[in-house]
Amino acid sequence: MANFDQNDDSVVVIVGSGAGGGTLGNELAQKGIKVVILEAGARVENQDFINDEWASFVQLAWKDTRTTSGTWRVHQDFPNLPAWIVKAVGGSTVHWAGASLRFQEHEFKTRTTYGALPGANLLDWPITLAELEPYYTKAEDKMGVTRTNNIPGLPGNNNFKVLEAGAKKIGYKEVHTGRMAINSEPRDGRGSCQQIGFCFQGCKSGAKWSTLYTEIPKGEATGKLEVRPNAMAVKIEHDASGKVTGVVYMDGSGALQRQKARVVAVAGNSLESPRLLLNSASAMFPDGLANSSGQVGRNYMRHMTGSVYGVFERPVHMYRGTTMAGIVRDEAKMDPSRGFVGGYELETLSLGLPFMAAFLDPGAWGRSFTSALDDYANMAGMWIVGEDMARETNRVTLDPVVKDKNGMPVASVHFDDHPNDVAMRQHAYQQGAAIYDAVGAVRTFPTPPYPSTHNLGTNRMSEKPRDGVLNKYGQTHDVKNLFVSDGSQFTSGAACNPTLTIVSLAIRQADTISGMMSRGEI
Amino acid sequence: MREIDRRSRVSRRSFLHASATVLPAAAAAATGLGISAEAAWAQEAKTLKPATMATLVLMARDIFPHDHIGDVFYIKAVMPYDAKAGSDPASRALIEEGVARLDADAMDRHQVAYLAVPWEQQRVEILRGVELTPFFRKIRGDLVVSLYNQKDLWAKFGYEGSSADKGGYIHRGFDDINWLPQS
Ligand SMILES: Cc1cc2nc3c(=O)[nH]c(=O)nc-3n(C[C@H](O)[C@H](O)[C@H](O)COP(=O)(O)OP(=O)(O)OC[C@H]3O[C@@H](n4cnc5c(N)ncnc54)[C@H](O)[C@@H]3O)c2cc1C
Ligand code: SF4
Repeated sequence: MANFDQNDDSVVVIVGSGAGGGTLGNELAQKGIKVVILEAGARVENQDFINDEWASFVQLAWKDTRTTSGTWRVHQDFPNLPAWIVKAVGGSTVHWAGASLRFQEHEFKTRTTYGALPGANLLDWPITLAELEPYYTKAEDKMGVTRTNNIPGLPGNNNFKVLEAGAKKIGYKEVHTGRMAINSEPRDGRGSCQQIGFCFQGCKSGAKWSTLYTEIPKGEATGKLEVRPNAMAVKIEHDASGKVTGVVYMDGSGALQRQKARVVAVAGNSLESPRLLLNSASAMFPDGLANSSGQVGRNYMRHMTGSVYGVFERPVHMYRGTTMAGIVRDEAKMDPSRGFVGGYELETLSLGLPFMAAFLDPGAWGRSFTSALDDYANMAGMWIVGEDMARETNRVTLDPVVKDKNGMPVASVHFDDHPNDVAMRQHAYQQGAAIYDAVGAVRTFPTPPYPSTHNLGTNRMSEKPRDGVLNKYGQTHDVKNLFVSDGSQFTSGAACNPTLTIVSLAIRQADTISGMMSRGEI
Repeated sequence: MREIDRRSRVSRRSFLHASATVLPAAAAAATGLGISAEAAWAQEAKTLKPATMATLVLMARDIFPHDHIGDVFYIKAVMPYDAKAGSDPASRALIEEGVARLDADAMDRHQVAYLAVPWEQQRVEILRGVELTPFFRKIRGDLVVSLYNQKDLWAKFGYEGSSADKGGYIHRGFDDINWLPQS
C-alpha cells in the first residue's frame, strides 16, 4: 500500500472513493500513475456491515447537515436530509442496489430529441452512445453485470415474481431480473449472491460490486494508490496561472492538512462536488472554481422517482432476497403520446419494516397508515426511475447561514419538479398499480420520493464552455488540470440508474488523464 | 411457502430479561394491564407526572394503532421521555405543556382528561386539532423509530430482520411464493 508525501506534487488527488472516484483511482494506478484518494468517511469493511436499517444508516450514511428548499416533498419531510447517500470508503456503491443499465442513444441528445421544453435547461451531451459503448463494455465486465458477458441473470425472488406476473398480464414484454452488478455465480474472486436482502446496508457476502472491495484493493495492490479515510476536502488551491496545485483537507483529528497535486479530480457526489468548487472561490475565481459559466451547482437532477406498493391476500415477504433484481423496461422508451417526454423503468424494491414505517408516507399517522403496515408481510414493492428534466433553478448553492465544523458553508439543495416529471410520475403510479391489480392486489398505494439516492448534473458536460462546467472528458472548461469524475458530470439523467455510466466515464477519463499527463499537457 | 409465526415471541420471562436495561422492572408488569397513571411503570417516572406518562402511551397508540401489538411496546417507545425530561428542561416543558393542551381540549369536548376519553375516534379528533404543533410532531416523528425499531416487534409484522447470520434467504424461501395465478 502506497504512502505519499503531502508535498509530492506529482500525484493525482481524487476527492471521494465512490463509483467515480474509486474507479478512476484504480484505473490510474493500474497505469502506473500515483494517486491519493481523500475520502471524508471511514473505512468500514464487509464483515462490519450491519443487517439492521437504522444501525446501518448510522454506520454508513452521510449525516452532516445539508439544507433544502423548493416544492419537492423531501424538503417538507426531510429538510436536512436531501439525499440518502454514503460517507465511507466506497461511497454510495456500499449502499447501492446494483442495477446497471446503459443509456439509450437519444438520451444523450435530450435537447435535440425533446425540443426546447419550457422551464427546462436541456442540453445534448458532448458525447454519443457510440463513443461511450466501448467503455460500457469494459465497465460491465469490470462490475460483472448479469445478462452481459454471458453472465446469467439472478434468480427471481418473491417480490420479482409478483412484479413479473402482473407486468406480463398487462402486456409488458421486457420483464426480467435485471442487469445487476451482483454475482449470479462466483466471479472476480467474489462469491455469488446469498439472497441476504440487505443490499442497501452493504453486501456482507461481497457478491455485489462496490469500489470498497474491488477497485480500491486492486488499486492499492499496485503500490500506486493511497486511500486516506476520514479526510474531508475543504478547498482546492491554485497558483497564479490558474492551475490547481493541491487540496486542503481536514483529517480525522480535526487538523487541516494540505496535499499537493499535479491533477485534481473531484468525485464527491453531486451535492458535495459543486459545494467544494464553490467553497474554493478565490480572487481569481470569485464565483467558485471552474464556474465562469455560472453553471456549477445548477441543473441538479435526482430522477423522477416514487414507489408503488401492493398488498395481497397472501404473504409475499418482499424483503427476502436481492432488493432490486427485477425490472420492467417497456416504459423506458421515448413516446410523447403518453403526455411526457423521456421514459421510466419500474424496478423491484423492498424496505424492511423500520424504513417502511419511515418512508411509506412521511408525516402520516392513524389507521390508514398503520393498516398498511399491518399487511407488511403481504406487500410487494417497486421503485420508479424516470428521467427528470434539468432546470437551471434546481441547484446546489452554499447555505448563507449554516456552516460545518470547518466553518465552510454547507450545501443547500433547491428542487422543484418540472411539469414533465409530475406527468410522468402520475403515469408510472397508474401503471405500477395496474401491475399489482392484475394479480389480485387488494390495495395499492403510491409512496412519495425518498431522499435522493441518484444525484446528478451539478457540474454538467457541455460542448460550449458557456453551457456547462466540463468538456467531454470531464475536464473543467476553465482549469485544465481539474477534472470532475462523478455523477455531477451528467448532462441528462436518462431513464436508468446512473452508476454504470459513472463507472464507464471514469474508465474513459483515466485514459484521457494518463494520455494528457504523458504528453505533458497537464 | 415459509411463513412467519406472528404470535409474540416475547414471553413474560424473556421480556423481563431482555428489557431489564431499558425498562424499570415494574414497567414489565404492565403487560396486559390497561394504560393508566396508577400503573407501576407510570408511577416509576422520575421527572414526568405519572398521568403524563400514561397519556403519552395512549397517544402513541392512537397515533400508530396496531391491534395485534400489546401496550408494552408503546410503553417502551415513550419511556425514554422521562429520562430526557430529567436532563433537558425544554423537553420536559414541551411534553408537560403538550399533554396539558390535550387534556384541556379533551375537557372542552368531553369534560374528562384525554386518558378518560372513551373512544379512539374521539381522541383522534383531539389529536387532529394539534397535529401541526411542535409537541405532536416531535412525538409522532420519534415514534416512527422508537416504536417500529423494536426488534421484538418485527416478527409480529412478518418481518424477519437480520439475515446474513442465517445464511441469507437462499435456502430460506426467497422464491417460495406459491399462490400467484399461472399465466
Ligand atoms: C440506497 C441506494 C441504492 C442505489 N441503487 C443504485 C442502483 O441500483 N443502480 C445505480 O446505478 N445506482 C444506484 N444508486 C446510486 C449510486 O450509489 C450512485 O449513483 C453512485 O454511487 C454515485 O457515484 P459518485 O461517484 O457520484 O458518488 P459516491 O459513490 O456517493 O461517492 C462520493 C464519495 O465522496 C465522498 N466525499 C464527498 N465529499 C467529500 C469531500 N469534500 N472530501 C472527501 N470525500 C468526500 C463521500 O463521502 C463519498 O464516499 C443507489 C444509491 C443508494 C443510496
Ligand atoms: S441479496 Fe445478494 S447482493 Fe444483496 S446483500 Fe445479499 S448477497 Fe449481497
